[in-house]
Amino acid sequence: MTAALPMLASTNATADYRRRNAKRLKLVLLGLVALVFALALDVSIGPGNLPLTDVLRTLVDPQSAAPRLAVIVWDLRLPIALMALAVGAMLGLSGAGMQTILANPLADPFTLGVSAAATVGASVAIVFGWSVVPGAGPFIVTANAFVFALSASLVLFFMTKLRGVSAETMILVGIALLFTCNAITALLQYRSNEVQLTQIVFWTLGSLARATWGKVGVAAVLIAVALPFFLMRGWALTALRLGDERAESMGVRVDRLRLEILIATSLLAAVSVSFVGGIGFIGLVGPHIARLLVGEDQRFFLPVATIASAVLLSLASSLSKVITPGVIYPIGIITALIGVPFFISLVMSIRSRAV
Amino acid sequence: MALSIRDLDFRYGATPILQGLATGELPRGELAALVGPNGSGKSTLFRCAAGLLRAHAGSVSLDGADLAGLSLRERARKVFYLSQDTEARVALSVFDIILLARKSLHRGFALAASPEDTRAVEGVIEELGLAPFASRDIGTLSGGQRQLAAIGQALVREPDVLLLDEPTSALDVRRQLDVMATIREATRRRGIVTVVAIHDLSLAARFADRVLVMNAGRIAQAGAPENVLAHPAVSETYAVGVHLERSARGTLLVEPYIHGQ
Repeated sequence: MTAALPMLASTNATADYRRRNAKRLKLVLLGLVALVFALALDVSIGPGNLPLTDVLRTLVDPQSAAPRLAVIVWDLRLPIALMALAVGAMLGLSGAGMQTILANPLADPFTLGVSAAATVGASVAIVFGWSVVPGAGPFIVTANAFVFALSASLVLFFMTKLRGVSAETMILVGIALLFTCNAITALLQYRSNEVQLTQIVFWTLGSLARATWGKVGVAAVLIAVALPFFLMRGWALTALRLGDERAESMGVRVDRLRLEILIATSLLAAVSVSFVGGIGFIGLVGPHIARLLVGEDQRFFLPVATIASAVLLSLASSLSKVITPGVIYPIGIITALIGVPFFISLVMSIRSRAV
Repeated sequence: MALSIRDLDFRYGATPILQGLATGELPRGELAALVGPNGSGKSTLFRCAAGLLRAHAGSVSLDGADLAGLSLRERARKVFYLSQDTEARVALSVFDIILLARKSLHRGFALAASPEDTRAVEGVIEELGLAPFASRDIGTLSGGQRQLAAIGQALVREPDVLLLDEPTSALDVRRQLDVMATIREATRRRGIVTVVAIHDLSLAARFADRVLVMNAGRIAQAGAPENVLAHPAVSETYAVGVHLERSARGTLLVEPYIHGQ
């Protein structure tokens, strides 16, 4: 009897584990359903006051719809709505990756100044037509944004190697980077002509207005490559959450892993910034929700963070259209207004936990 | 069939930490206790032996084969080092982190765990009495419970060499005895080499087959507990006197004292 009891208990542990995994998997699927609903909502809202049934019919059967309707739904609303999902996903995955490798729940491309650095890169390309990557051609703005974002990430990476750098210090460095980059961008704005200025302002505000099918395609391909890239490192990344030394004891090459993920997160952040400008806090809120829902097993955390962020940005996109009927606000303004209070509450909760 | 560490040198910058350190042969199936004052280089020795730090000179060999040529992953399969740090407050359950330790033995990507792996995890959970909190997040556990979970990570990997840095420091009296007995039993049954860095000399005397006394980057004395702990080298190392006595139950008791007090 006494021998049977512990057996029973430990079998329960495995059963518990399987139950928890099944629940987490269900949450992933539920997230995908939410994604579809958020997309439908986003497409159905907008200037033009189109009835929902007409919009849905046009989506399902574009041939039979009135040409005006087809243009609005397929050429205007759908690329923007899909771009919201794609950018949300990129920022969410990027933020989740940064938070994991830096062991810092406050890290995301925006708070660490990576987005701001990307904006500087893009502005340099816009104002001077100067490319840091020779032969970048039509991708000069994206290439510049990536190189600048990566440089900022590398600065942060080497910061983590210094002794006594806490999570809060990292954010302070990020904010310093943010201010520096903003100042450089302002300098470039001052030097630019009117056309260039409009372009730069678009970057700094963050807006989905310039979404195109081409950009949606690029973003989709990037996510399709990046998510498996992250998931293949799922176990190693989870090990990293237990501390560098423990992960190394398990055979994880910590520095290499960190660098790989850093490059991937920089690329995700840079592409999203170069497509839609700086959109803040999505990469912070999405992963936070994911952590609450599925914990930090990265096999579940990364996809759920990606999906949650996509849904959030999609909802923010809907919100940006309903505040003032007929006006679409730049989405970066919306996410900042919602994100800042959240960010502060997150900082406070971390401080109280540390005490 | 043994672990052998020879002529190990390691420096942090210009500060020498290990200086020609040699352990002699540490045979399989034996539990060795590594004792020594704070800062004598115990953790550095473990890190060098596990391949987390590259020694400036010397060799670490297992069963006659030098470990230096192995990749970090291969070396980690043979030698597992459990650091003292159990501070991670992460949203992962005890089951999760023990399974993680097991899964990290395999190369490549598999989302699900094999039945073999979950069986191994179950075995360790039972062995260490972790079942009551196996499904709880480690962030919600006490220091001692987290330490037990970390020991579970070490055992589940079934390495050839187990290096444990202060594995009982946060445990209550009963757990200390349980854990040391479990570690000794696993060492004998699996025929592995286990080295436990430990401050409690009585615990070392009671469970270790061999005691290594470390001082200023060297092994000052090594051998059976009753011989080593009575040796003047121990008194010198700690700057204390040591009184040894067998209890009525036959257990070797170690009483350190400060001269003149």
